[in-house]
Amino acid sequence: MTVAVQSTQSGEPVFYLADEHPHPEGYSTSLGFWIYLMSDCLIFAILFATFGVLGGNYAAGPAPKDLFDLNLVAVNTSMLLLSSITYGFAMLTMQQNKVAQTQVWLAITGLFGLAFIGIELTEFAHMIHEGATPQRSAFLSAFFTLVGTHGLHVSCGLIWLVTLMVQVQKFGLIEANRRRLMCLSMFWHFLDVVWIGVFTFVYLLGVLR
Amino acid sequence: MSTDTRAAHADDHHHGDSHAHGTFSTYMLGFVLSVVLTAIPFWLVMSGALPSKQITALVIMVFAVVQIVVHMIYFLHMNTASENGWTMMALIFTIVMVVIALSGSLWVMSHLNSNMMPMHEMTGMK
Repeated sequence: MTVAVQSTQSGEPVFYLADEHPHPEGYSTSLGFWIYLMSDCLIFAILFATFGVLGGNYAAGPAPKDLFDLNLVAVNTSMLLLSSITYGFAMLTMQQNKVAQTQVWLAITGLFGLAFIGIELTEFAHMIHEGATPQRSAFLSAFFTLVGTHGLHVSCGLIWLVTLMVQVQKFGLIEANRRRLMCLSMFWHFLDVVWIGVFTFVYLLGVLR
Repeated sequence: MSTDTRAAHADDHHHGDSHAHGTFSTYMLGFVLSVVLTAIPFWLVMSGALPSKQITALVIMVFAVVQIVVHMIYFLHMNTASENGWTMMALIFTIVMVVIALSGSLWVMSHLNSNMMPMHEMTGMK
């Protein structure tokens, strides 16, 4: 930010603004939301660190090799990746002011997100059915906490997505809705970034171990 | 301060549009890159194409880092100019914190693990 040194009428320099100048509504939302995402990033970093420390403590229970089906994880990853690009298309059509198309892309994004959550819950249910519950070992506690927190974020993102679709339906692509859609876009892509860490460090390195 | 300079000042601070937007081609490029960067590590682990596990682990971690950078640039539109560089400052700060938290935890806990006396020896020490 370049704040030029201003001078009063008598010629003395003034190094501060006597009063706050007016800002347009929501001018700082994207920066504020970015800082929220960064703090969320720290939460995930701690969960990754916990998994890194405890990930090898199986307590004579099942190991990643016995539990993880990499084909399923690959399908799940592609669901999230596809939802990222369809959200990108929603943003592009939003910039062109096409309400109906934006809604379609948002709906497709939501379906991919729902598929992701569905596959993840199926995987969890399968694991729990086999006795690999969070109580079984430190590895499984750390696994369910990390992957579950990510899944919870995606679920919240889905609720947010539906809310925004209703908003856009009701009020159109007004300035406030554009801002909200942009925040959700950052949130959604951020969750995809976290998932890169999850499939690499939890699933792929887990199976390699 | 006259009203004229005030208006000019408000114009200088046109924050609203300082973030970057993607285009169809940048989104597609980002998508294709991430598909490739996802598919290769999965293939490496599932086929066991590389001779040792250590090399495979190292390679897939490098792929993850590259893919994170791709996502940051093509999907999150990170650049040094948006919000006058404050998003980049927040990102750099976060990366520093994440690196300290991750490497510190793993380092300290692995030392604790290897220096700790095993349980069965401890019970015999009464």
